[in-house]
Formats: sequence, structure tokens, C-alpha cells
Amino acid sequence: MMAISNHQSNHRFDAPRLVNASPLVQAVGLSKRYGAIEAVTGVNVEAYPGEVLGIVGESGSGKSTVLRLLNLEEMPDSGTYTLDIPSVLGEDLYQLDRFARREVQILNIGVVYQNPHLGLRMRFTSSGNVAERLLITGERTFATLRQAARDSLAISEFPLNRMDDPPRVLSGGMQQRVQLAKALALKPALLLLDEPTTGLDVSVQALVLDTLKRLQRERRMTIILVSHDLGVIRTLADRVMVMRHGRVVEQGLTDQILEDPQDAYTQQLVHAKL
Amino acid sequence: MPLLQVESLTKRFYIDHLQREIDVFADLTFTLEAGQFMLIGGANGVGKSSLLRCLFRTYIPTSGTALFAARQGNIDLAHAADVDIALLRREELGFVTQFLRPRPRVSALELVAEPLVDGGMAWEEAIEQARETLDSFGLKQPLWSAYPTTFSGGEQQKVNLARALIAPRRLLLLDEPTASLDSATRQSLQARLAELKAQGVAMIGVFHHPEDILHLVDSEIRLTTTSEVIEHVVD
Repeated sequence: MMAISNHQSNHRFDAPRLVNASPLVQAVGLSKRYGAIEAVTGVNVEAYPGEVLGIVGESGSGKSTVLRLLNLEEMPDSGTYTLDIPSVLGEDLYQLDRFARREVQILNIGVVYQNPHLGLRMRFTSSGNVAERLLITGERTFATLRQAARDSLAISEFPLNRMDDPPRVLSGGMQQRVQLAKALALKPALLLLDEPTTGLDVSVQALVLDTLKRLQRERRMTIILVSHDLGVIRTLADRVMVMRHGRVVEQGLTDQILEDPQDAYTQQLVHAKL
Repeated sequence: MPLLQVESLTKRFYIDHLQREIDVFADLTFTLEAGQFMLIGGANGVGKSSLLRCLFRTYIPTSGTALFAARQGNIDLAHAADVDIALLRREELGFVTQFLRPRPRVSALELVAEPLVDGGMAWEEAIEQARETLDSFGLKQPLWSAYPTTFSGGEQQKVNLARALIAPRRLLLLDEPTASLDSATRQSLQARLAELKAQGVAMIGVFHHPEDILHLVDSEIRLTTTSEVIEHVVD
């Protein structure tokens, strides 16, 4: 019997007609290989202002690579990337020189990694970690820096009496809050989250998710969230992209992906959850 | 054009690991005007809830169209872009079930106010309306600031209905919202639905005990296993 491996229906969706905003994020045809390994192949990402886009898939599906490409940490082998932000309108960010790219990243993109060591200096104070973001933009007044760090830690619901403790003495949940405060310090238009709650205790995970949800509502940020945890995705994401072997196999509204998955792989993934 | 015009709507599931398709309903055609209440009748398992989910796009209809007269123009719910559906869900389409999905550390008031905030209202104002709505569904005041994760089933239902019905919507999809409600809550719900209908909200509903809402019903569509559809107007 011939296996039908992909039943992604012939269903065609219309282009957006009611939403007239342009997408904040528009990445087209992203491909990236590491030696013989094709990590990401022909991936398109579109995210609208104020939207939470989830990217799911198992380890090695390429989802974290996509996030690094969107964070301008790595360059793709091919593909283009634009952000709907006045200073870089219509420009392919991958064509900018290293310094211009770094500036776009610092001013417009915040990131929270699963591993806090990637995002934080573990021996600096927590407030210093956050203030560092502002130092890069040229702010030099101590009082301003400290106040900004305090504000940013406060909205991330970090206990302020510990703001001068270094991250290495903090719990995992608190380290994630410091990362979040640092990511939000410059009020980025785009927040990238790479498995932000993986590895935390379930109760702490709920608290961090709650903070993220609250912030997203209040600030109307665009968030792209990578996770293998469908519970996290259900809680936060408006739409979901499902990745496998470096490609997007399906995308849709979060409840549709979880309750009426079209692709064979998505069906497996959804039914595998506990 | 009516508020909703459904033509030849069909839903089939394809289950890959079984390598087979499962028919749910086929070839449904009906229209609905603003302020009208349509009951979906039929035995268990004929696809009543699936029809509601197709209109809300939790399920992707296999074929057919569902033209909705959105404020900004007509749009086919079966084919609209995901972001357009997300927008309609924030502003014009509501889905009411009997189940609350509480989140840890989010109070009853906040859960109920969220749909208003998502629609652009300030928190203070939304919380104020949430108080009124929770009150109208009879949730005891001491519970308003508590976390519904620990509430009893009946209390969760009150929060759920308040959340589902607080924001103004033009089309409400009702999936057995009266199932297992106590009589006081059922009366609050009936009153709320009557009020919304008078305001011009259109509703399509599946009800296990339709006698609860029969006085609101304008028309009925009966689904049968043969997917034959009988539509008649109740007076």
C-alpha cells in the first residue's frame, strides 16, 4: 500500500483582508546548512504586530536555528529578512554590515534563551546585566541606568530586593526573569523566546508563563516563541508553525493545529502529548 | 446579505495512522440574520459541535464556504487568512463552551476581563465590567480575586460564562453551555442570551436540553447521519 505521507489538504487560504497592518517580521526562503547537515530549508516566517507566533517541532527540527537567524546571530545561506521598523524599512537585514546589523538587533530585538548562561553574565549583578543593554546605546548616567534596570526588572516581576545579586546565586526561574528584563530594557518591537520555561519546575514555569502573557497583553509586542511543549504553546501562541527536518510542515491557528492537525507528522506530535 | 451565509459546508477528518477519512457532515447550506438564534439539532455524533468548530475555524472545513458579513466587509470563514480569523475572534466571533481553561495565578476577575483588554479596553475599565458580569452570573464576591484553578465545577462554569459573554460579539457559537448548570446559573445565562439577542447578536447553538432556550430560537437545522438537512422556522 502506498503511504500517503502528507495529507496537507489542497485547502487554499486567502491573503489577509481584514488585518491591514503589514507584518512586523517577514523572512522569506531561509536556508542554513552546517556542513553536510541541512538545518533549515526554505522557511518563511511572517509575524504581525502584537502577535505571538509559536514554532514547534522535536529536537533537531531546525526551530532554534530559525530563531538564531531571526536574532541576526547567524547568517543564512540564502533568504531575506525585513522588519517593519522605520529605520530599516524594506532593507534586507542580512545585507547590512556587521555593525549595522548589531545595532538593529540591540535596538529592536530582545531574546530569552533556555540556557541563561547564553544570555547573562553570571557574575555581574542582575541590575548590571540589565543596565548593560542601555550602556550600549550610550546612556552613561548612573541614576538613569539604575532606574531603567529597576523598572525593567519590576515589569518582569523580579524581586527588587535581589536586584544586586548576581544571576549565579539565583534560582532558574529568577534567572529567566533577569534575561527577560534585559531583553525588554530597550522596549524591543520583537521578542524571541527559545524554550523559555524548559527545565524549570512546573510551578515556576506557570509563573514565568503568566508574566509573559501579562507583558504581551500590556505591551502588544510581537513574540516568536520556540518550544517543544504544546502546553506552553497553547497558553501563549496565537498561531503555530510546525517544523520537521528543517522545513515547515504545517501552520495555522493554535487551536486548529492542536485539534484538527492536517499533516501526518503534526497528528503524531499532537497525539503524543500526555 | 445576511450576517452568515453557509453554502455546501462539508467536514471530513483524515486520520493518517488509520489511513482513512472520517465523514462528519456534508453539504450544509443555511443563512442567519443578525439577532437570529439557530438551534442545531440531531442525535449524538452527527457533527453538531464540529459545525460550530468549523465556523470558528478550530477545524478547517473540507469544502464549501461560510460568508460572514464582518464590519469591514464580507469574508469567507472557511478560507480567510489565520490572522483575519484571529482578528474576528477578538472582535466579532465568540465561542461558548461549558469548560473554563483557568491559568495558574490568574484571578477570576482578570480571566473575565481579558477578552475586553484584548479588544483594546484599559484594564481598570475592563475589571469594572468584569465585576458586574461575575455578579450577574452569581459568583460570590469573595471569590472574585481568587484563582479559579481551585474553584468547584459550578463556580468555574460561572467564570467561564462571564468570560465568554462579556465582550460584544456579532455571532456567538454556543456549544452546550447549559449542560450541568445549576438552575440559578441557567437562568442567568438565559437572561444574558435574551439580552444579547435583543441587541442584535446572532447565535448558533447546540443544546442538550433545548427547552432551556426554546423561547429564543428562530430556526433549527437538524443534522442526521445521512447528512440530510431539514431546516424549518420555529414561530
